[in-house]
Amino acid sequence: MTGIDSPWVAVPVALLLLAGGLLTLVGSIGLLRLRDFQARMHGASMGGTLGLGCVIVAAVIGASAAAGRFMPHALLITVFVVMTAPATAMLLMRASLYRARAKSAAAPQDVIER
Amino acid sequence: MRHAPVLAAVLVAMWLVLNDTLAPGQVLLGVLCALVLGGWAARMRPLRPVLRRPHLALGLLWAVFVDILRSNIGVGRIVLGLVRRRVIHSGFLDIPIDLHDPHGLAVLATIITSTPGTVWVDHDPGRRVLRLHILDLADEASWIRLIKERYERPLIRIFQS
Repeated sequence: MTGIDSPWVAVPVALLLLAGGLLTLVGSIGLLRLRDFQARMHGASMGGTLGLGCVIVAAVIGASAAAGRFMPHALLITVFVVMTAPATAMLLMRASLYRARAKSAAAPQDVIER
Repeated sequence: MRHAPVLAAVLVAMWLVLNDTLAPGQVLLGVLCALVLGGWAARMRPLRPVLRRPHLALGLLWAVFVDILRSNIGVGRIVLGLVRRRVIHSGFLDIPIDLHDPHGLAVLATIITSTPGTVWVDHDPGRRVLRLHILDLADEASWIRLIKERYERPLIRIFQS
């Protein structure tokens, strides 16, 4: 047995995929269980960091074994995610704060007008 | 290339890896794309980073890798309720910060937001205060120590002095 069929490749790839899936699942459960928007953001970032990392390493090992040479392409996903995901997370966080501030500023105004 | 040689080189390398080739035509196309895109990018970003001790980035990268592993486990335990009935308080934390180089701050923001359990909220350059949102705010002092000693100190040495 060679390539991707060998247990020396298939078992670690399967374990990594399982771990990545479990981490992403736990992060998604966090979206349901955590109390407020800001807290839920921490759950979402689990799938985007270690969950994704496990899947990427599994992809590199699997693709390298299948091709018979080192295939690092999937590692580029790390670069793209590191450049984009934190920017969206920060935008979401700031948007939620802005909304909370706008709401609390609007509340006393209503009272005055009535 | 004149403005952003490193960016152009990275773009060429990325192009060749994505196309999985070293054919002369693709190298030419990649260099052309990198020159045009690198030139545009340099015009959009007038500031250029000065790396004083770039070798320190390796140690920082390792520290961040270890912290991402640890914080994933930490957040996972909180989500699954494996915290021995301890009540978890999340909230905002203000940290005084001496790092002011914009590239260093960008890297710090990326590190903090990429680590589950902490999200960058705001930075006040006038008061030099950084505001984070933290999922498990039990020990404020240890969070401040983590940010200042593990991340800020190497970033200051890489980007500032």
